[in-house]
Amino acid sequence: MAALKDIKRKITAVHKTRQITKAMNMVAASKFKAAQTRMESFRPYAAKFMEVLNSLALRVDAGSHPLLAVREPERIRVICMTSDRGLCGGFNNNLLKAVERFIKAKLGEGRDVAILPVGRKGRDFFRKKAKIVNARTEVFGKFDMSLAVGISDDVIPPFIGEEYDELYLFYNEFVNVAVQKPAVVRLFPLPAIDRKEEIESSKRLDYIYEPSAKELLEKLLPMYVHVLIYRALAETVAGENGARMAAMDNATRNCEELIQSLTLKYNKVRQSAITAELMDIVGGTEALAKG
Amino acid sequence: MADELKLEIVTPEKMAFQGIVEEVTIPGTEGQFGVLKGHAALLSSVDIGELSFTQDRKKTYYAVNAGYAEVTATKVTVLVETAERYDLIDRERAQKARERAQEKLAKLSREDVEFEKVRVALLRAIARLNVAGKT
Repeated sequence: MAALKDIKRKITAVHKTRQITKAMNMVAASKFKAAQTRMESFRPYAAKFMEVLNSLALRVDAGSHPLLAVREPERIRVICMTSDRGLCGGFNNNLLKAVERFIKAKLGEGRDVAILPVGRKGRDFFRKKAKIVNARTEVFGKFDMSLAVGISDDVIPPFIGEEYDELYLFYNEFVNVAVQKPAVVRLFPLPAIDRKEEIESSKRLDYIYEPSAKELLEKLLPMYVHVLIYRALAETVAGENGARMAAMDNATRNCEELIQSLTLKYNKVRQSAITAELMDIVGGTEALAKG
Repeated sequence: MADELKLEIVTPEKMAFQGIVEEVTIPGTEGQFGVLKGHAALLSSVDIGELSFTQDRKKTYYAVNAGYAEVTATKVTVLVETAERYDLIDRERAQKARERAQEKLAKLSREDVEFEKVRVALLRAIARLNVAGKT
């Protein structure tokens, strides 16, 4: 009879787990929605920004700007964007593995590598494995442009001050709800801005620039960094919640399967217990009748 | 000749404002400038400060962060990292931010790395307070 009780207890436990995973799925879904709205409302800003940046880059050469300075990449920094919380499938792990591989390769070449983790999972992972600077954690709950600006302020002055030579940004690219792909962008030196729109530019209006086009471009470059970082942040949040939704959906489904098979087992054990008891009674009465 | 002027204030978080206006005053880095319909094409960077426009003869003020503005004959697009309407600014918070920045600034010398950052924060707080004072 003990077995029966055990199974019953197990069923209740799995039920409770299912309740939790289901709730988490719904929370992730609503957070995902907010993150998606954020990504969508960022799009016009980013698009407009790139348009102006490109049209400016067509007119002036920004080659001498300190953010574009190419140096021998002796000292490398890596921004590693992960979520603060777990339970979102392989979301963080895939990224961390990619970062780890990258670091190993660079260290193998004799470079100096430091990590700037954004998100708790990344910091925890690298705490004992690598050099960490300017860690930021518990930031994704509520963030705005000032976070991107803050991160930029951590990385721009030391790059200009030649404290390091290259900066990479690792984050999870948001493909769709179910798919996030670890991606890497080189932030510094900034890649030269696309100049291939030459023909279209002739159709463009000739602007009066205030200040000069060159100065304007120099002002826009740090903002370009903000845009890149902000986009990565927004994609990370959307991806994290998308990944969690998928993971929790899976977990809920697994719970249901487990409950089903456990219930089946429970019924079988119960039935066999009843049968055994009946056999006992029948056996007993028959023995009595014979006697 | 264009017959109306469209204004768009775009921030990373949202479209802060979108509509037909009569006049816009923008805090450019080279000085404040006003735009009426039919303005020559202009691209200017925008400083931390106060942006205002007139719509139906009513003036509205925004505290804006750094960014830039693109002006054509019929449309003004302002891209800034933040934009807050005057009646939505938390004055108390801005006041505190200003005091904090002033205190910090008093301790720093011009050569400190922090100096520029705090100075910008102070400018921002002052701009927000100025705009919040409008009615």
